[in-house]
Amino acid sequence: MRRAIRFLRRNETVEARNFEPRTTLLDWLRLTERSTGTKEGCGEGDCGACTVVLRRLVDGRLVSNPVNACILLLGQVDGAEVLTVEDLAADGRLHPVQQAMVERHGSQCGFCTPGIVMSLLALYETGETPDRQGVTDALAGNLCRCTGYRPIVEAAFDALGRIEADPFAQRRLEVAEALAALRDEADVLVGDERSFFAAPASMEALARLYLDHPDATLVAGATDVGLWVTKALTDLPKIIWLGRVAGLDAVMEEEATLTLGATATLVRAREALGALDPDLDELMRRFGSQQVRASGTVGGNIANGSPIGDLAPALIALGATLHLRRGDASRRLPLEGFFLDYRKQDRQPGEFVTGVTVRKPAGRQVRAFKVTKRFDEDISAVMGAFCFDMADDGTVREARIAYGGMAGIPKRARAAEAVLTGAAIDDRAAAERAVAALDTDFAPLTDHRASAAYRRRVAGNLLMKALMEIATGDDAATRLIAHREVRHAAE
Amino acid sequence: MRQNEGSGDLRVPGSRLGASDPSPSGEGGSRRRRETGGALPAAVAQAPSVGLRPPPPPAGEDHAALSGMNGAPDGPALRHVHRPLPHDSGIRHVAGAALYIDDIREPDGTLHVALGLSPAARGRLAGLDLAAVRAAPGVVAVLTAADVPGRNDISPANADEPVFAEGEVLFHGQPVFAVVATTRDAARRAARLAAFDIAEEAPSLTVEDALARGETVLPDYAFGRGDVEAALAGATHRLEGVLRIGGQEHFYLEGQAALAVPGEGGDMLVHSSTQHPSEVQHIVARALAIPDAFVTCEVRRMGGGFGGKETQATQWAVIAALAARATGRPCKLRLDRDDDMAVTGKRHDMRADWRVGFDDDGRIAAYDVMFNARCGCSADLSQGVVDRTMFHADNAYFLPAARIATRRLKTNTVSNTAFRGFGGPQGMLAAERAMDEIAARLGRDPLDVRKANFYAPGRDETPYGQSVEDTDVLAALVEQLEADCDYRARREAIAAFNARSPVLKKGLALTPVKFGISFTLTHLNQAGALVHVYQDGSIHLNHGGTEMGQGLFIKVAQVVAEEFGVGIERVRITATTTAKVPNTSPTAASSGSDLNGMAARIAAGTIRQRLVDFLCETFDVAEGEIEFRDDRVFFGNESLAFAELVKKAYQARVQLSATGFYRTPKIHWDRAAGRGQPFFYFAYGAACAEVTIDTMTGEYRLDRVDILHDVGRSLNPAIDIGQIEGGFVQGMGWLTTEELVFDAKGRLATHAPSTYKIPVASDVPADFRVTLFPSANRQATIYRSKAVGEPPLMLANSVFCAISDAVRAARGDGLAPLDAPATPEAVLRAIVGAL
Repeated sequence: MRRAIRFLRRNETVEARNFEPRTTLLDWLRLTERSTGTKEGCGEGDCGACTVVLRRLVDGRLVSNPVNACILLLGQVDGAEVLTVEDLAADGRLHPVQQAMVERHGSQCGFCTPGIVMSLLALYETGETPDRQGVTDALAGNLCRCTGYRPIVEAAFDALGRIEADPFAQRRLEVAEALAALRDEADVLVGDERSFFAAPASMEALARLYLDHPDATLVAGATDVGLWVTKALTDLPKIIWLGRVAGLDAVMEEEATLTLGATATLVRAREALGALDPDLDELMRRFGSQQVRASGTVGGNIANGSPIGDLAPALIALGATLHLRRGDASRRLPLEGFFLDYRKQDRQPGEFVTGVTVRKPAGRQVRAFKVTKRFDEDISAVMGAFCFDMADDGTVREARIAYGGMAGIPKRARAAEAVLTGAAIDDRAAAERAVAALDTDFAPLTDHRASAAYRRRVAGNLLMKALMEIATGDDAATRLIAHREVRHAAE
Repeated sequence: MRQNEGSGDLRVPGSRLGASDPSPSGEGGSRRRRETGGALPAAVAQAPSVGLRPPPPPAGEDHAALSGMNGAPDGPALRHVHRPLPHDSGIRHVAGAALYIDDIREPDGTLHVALGLSPAARGRLAGLDLAAVRAAPGVVAVLTAADVPGRNDISPANADEPVFAEGEVLFHGQPVFAVVATTRDAARRAARLAAFDIAEEAPSLTVEDALARGETVLPDYAFGRGDVEAALAGATHRLEGVLRIGGQEHFYLEGQAALAVPGEGGDMLVHSSTQHPSEVQHIVARALAIPDAFVTCEVRRMGGGFGGKETQATQWAVIAALAARATGRPCKLRLDRDDDMAVTGKRHDMRADWRVGFDDDGRIAAYDVMFNARCGCSADLSQGVVDRTMFHADNAYFLPAARIATRRLKTNTVSNTAFRGFGGPQGMLAAERAMDEIAARLGRDPLDVRKANFYAPGRDETPYGQSVEDTDVLAALVEQLEADCDYRARREAIAAFNARSPVLKKGLALTPVKFGISFTLTHLNQAGALVHVYQDGSIHLNHGGTEMGQGLFIKVAQVVAEEFGVGIERVRITATTTAKVPNTSPTAASSGSDLNGMAARIAAGTIRQRLVDFLCETFDVAEGEIEFRDDRVFFGNESLAFAELVKKAYQARVQLSATGFYRTPKIHWDRAAGRGQPFFYFAYGAACAEVTIDTMTGEYRLDRVDILHDVGRSLNPAIDIGQIEGGFVQGMGWLTTEELVFDAKGRLATHAPSTYKIPVASDVPADFRVTLFPSANRQATIYRSKAVGEPPLMLANSVFCAISDAVRAARGDGLAPLDAPATPEAVLRAIVGAL
């Protein structure tokens, strides 16, 4: 049992053994270390002003991820190197991303700038040269209110072309060695029985600990739990972080199925799901932001039970089985059965999600649409996911349709599915009946994202759009962005 | 961090952006940038108009009349002015070394303040039990209205907005008390433990609520000319409509913050993230019941302002100072973002009820408009804001007969306030809506209708009696943009696209901007500066303007460096403080560089003249032979290093410090009569936007934007381009995705960036073409530049009109009602009628 968390900071190992479990990384940086370069803009992981980069060893490779320090718990940086904006300039020379930002006039008020620099650093560290969308994706979690972004995007392209000037290149090996030296298999527990930050290293240790402390809060990415801390001021005396549990993040591909471990990040989920269908890739591209996807996990998104979490409707449409464990007992159930009511799931005290297995499309037609006020980094007003198993004669053998934002839970449209089953995909009358059937499936609410009337109409139109696209095999005339052919061609 | 200090260690290669860089565009031309969507060449070629050389100002303008100006201000010798120097804090920004209020190293023993907010929007405050708050861990003090020694009021003029609610609550989230504790976390937790006893009443939340109750914060006000009813009756065509225009949250990235440090004998130093240090100073003093002279307010920079820190920063500074007074310790108040959004004012939302009469060419005969402005719970700046709506109800269009009327409605919501454009955008959007409606009725291209209504010789008087002297500027600007952006060909291509595309529809619009420059409260059009030259030749620059990212400090530094002929790095830019330059106006109304640039030039010019006089005396040279450049002074065949000259002057007991003061000439305004010349000049621009909408969901993409904007002779083209692009994108957010939703209890439901959506990088089109219009200001402004802060925001009206155009194409039966913001839901509703 290790009684401290350990991380790498400015070439030195930091051991933290005395901290409130709910302490955020941002507060540690600004209040304890007194590094004020990293800013708090919103305290909810949406504006990106607090973006820092965590570097970890993954399969022997050094991987840099941007994260929102405001909603990341300090304990979550165990085993990582924490890089902040102050660390980039070396020997009086700016890092290429900083240099480009200055040259392109990429800062005005400067408050978002540290976060933008760190997001661009993470992009730079990938060594890739993305297209424009790749750059705007990397910046989707960074709000700037001054510039209009054009100079920032240009700065990104400039910097990405200056790999030779990378001051970090020489240090990479050293950091990898230092991180390797930090590795151990120990369970971590900081605090005592009444108040702790725990990070079990194995599934067994996790199961045991959670049985002993069913009142503890499980934390995976903290992209939602972080807000309980910063906004709701919830105390959270007992926190069990899942990030050290060996094997819980595994992604396993079999012939007909894909299994995503509970702590597989949404970045990893995008890779795996995106390979199944371009619409799933697009859905995951628009899921939160790069920072949120780097921290957030599959299991966290499901277990949190948000009615507007985009992952669940997509997985339900594909057909998914959820895996749970309590103590030594495991069980599984269809994903749609997990969501009982608004923010209420079929999960017992001491029970936790271990993963989810989805059926691959295998020739089935998949469509997924996310409708928001703003395309990037926005929460769905309506999210519709469709999966149709087609017979050779163009009739629908099996229809699976699920929506987010239409009920208190992610939910299947069983009445609409029934109408379409057996109908020809281009049967306009059947399509209209299916759209009408959505009114028996759903009674959506009005809130600040959309009115009930808008949700109802858009849900129907998304179903209609999916049927049109599948019938015609074309989406050029029906989509503003993310055309399937283009995305395929790009891959 | 070595690079935090001074300017010496980290440098951006001067060859890219420095003063010696020759113009890429050459004389007289403007350079267009195109974003290609791929990797761009490393060379920074975007500085678009370094060498713009517009025609000289018209003869007869006495540009050199002001103190300290040489006779040929725009001669080839300029080394700093008109050049695209980077923001003075750029390197510090990217290194995380620029200090904002919350980054200032706190003095030992600093306490933290959190607010207790009203849980009701309207009602009598019958009781407040703070026992649990006081007993909470870490709490040092709790403050309520009873703890304000002076006036419990933060209003700038009307005495109608308390620091802490007293007797009644006016809106949901109104501060009722403050907790002072050892940590911010402790203060925030304690603040939630209060027990309120409020006799709740049904709140008034909307324009309609306020109209029904007849509640206002200020009297109705109107101006106009001619017999509007007769002109409407006599017009060939008449139209009327209602346009709802949404408000807007500023979403400055740095939230409101203040740090108050008590000094001896009642002194108070307040670090505040404010656009208006003098008002903070004054209202802190008023609340503490001490003279203004006891209070110093200082601000080095803000992390964005946009009008949201003109009056809205005051309350937090006052509360921090009250806490510091009560505890005798430094106290800091930094609002949490959700609180910030709930408790600070926003752009006024309005309902514009309009009628227009016009002829077969679409030329307006009469315009009658009523702006019902939702001002919120107090007057704040609503008089000026709504007046500016009126001043811009014409936008660029001549209105032979006009009645421009307003109501300043009181609601139980946070008091609406200044926001970039200050009411102007709402006035202009209604005018653009009328243009589109006229065009739709007549079946004409909206651009032709707009052009038919432009101010022109003989049709050049605004409804408030100011004549538009330079009607040729906007006409030429729009002609050029129309040609450059291939407006007519694209109009045809779009019609063809729409004919064959049932689901996706495109829209196009080209809209103008004419924006009046000056504070309409005439006395605010003044500024002061303070310049010191030290014996080593370094220069300390201070003025009343504040830096919020807009590049004011570098622009003014360029002016001062130019005056002394020294390198820009000799000019040390210093924090704005009421102790150096007093009685300042807010940095607002786009006036920062016009006013402070001039004041600083005058101050520097005074010292320069003293140095000239000293040289003439000491070296027996004629004034005309003396030239300050390249860090030296040249006279006859000799020269001296600037620092050497300064040292000699010091030894000869020449004063090396001076103040400068400037007030804008020519302006006057008689509000009672509704006549005058409130503006020194107008800034112009135009934008063409192309959008595609999805008629099944109401979603849309902005495909391309072309902007041509008039900043006069730019003091700094890089900074100005940044203002234009940033303003446009901010305006686009206002009119598209930024939606403020209040629930039935008066709570703001969109109180965080997760629910309130400002534009992100991907919302800005790859095809974004911004060009500066080559045109000197015809008024004698600082180096013939024009103000640039606000006008570009309204270029985004083109986006709203383009969306409306696409909706028209989708419906095929004319123009449908569309309110702002045009969210996807609003667009779908416009397409299908009722949802």
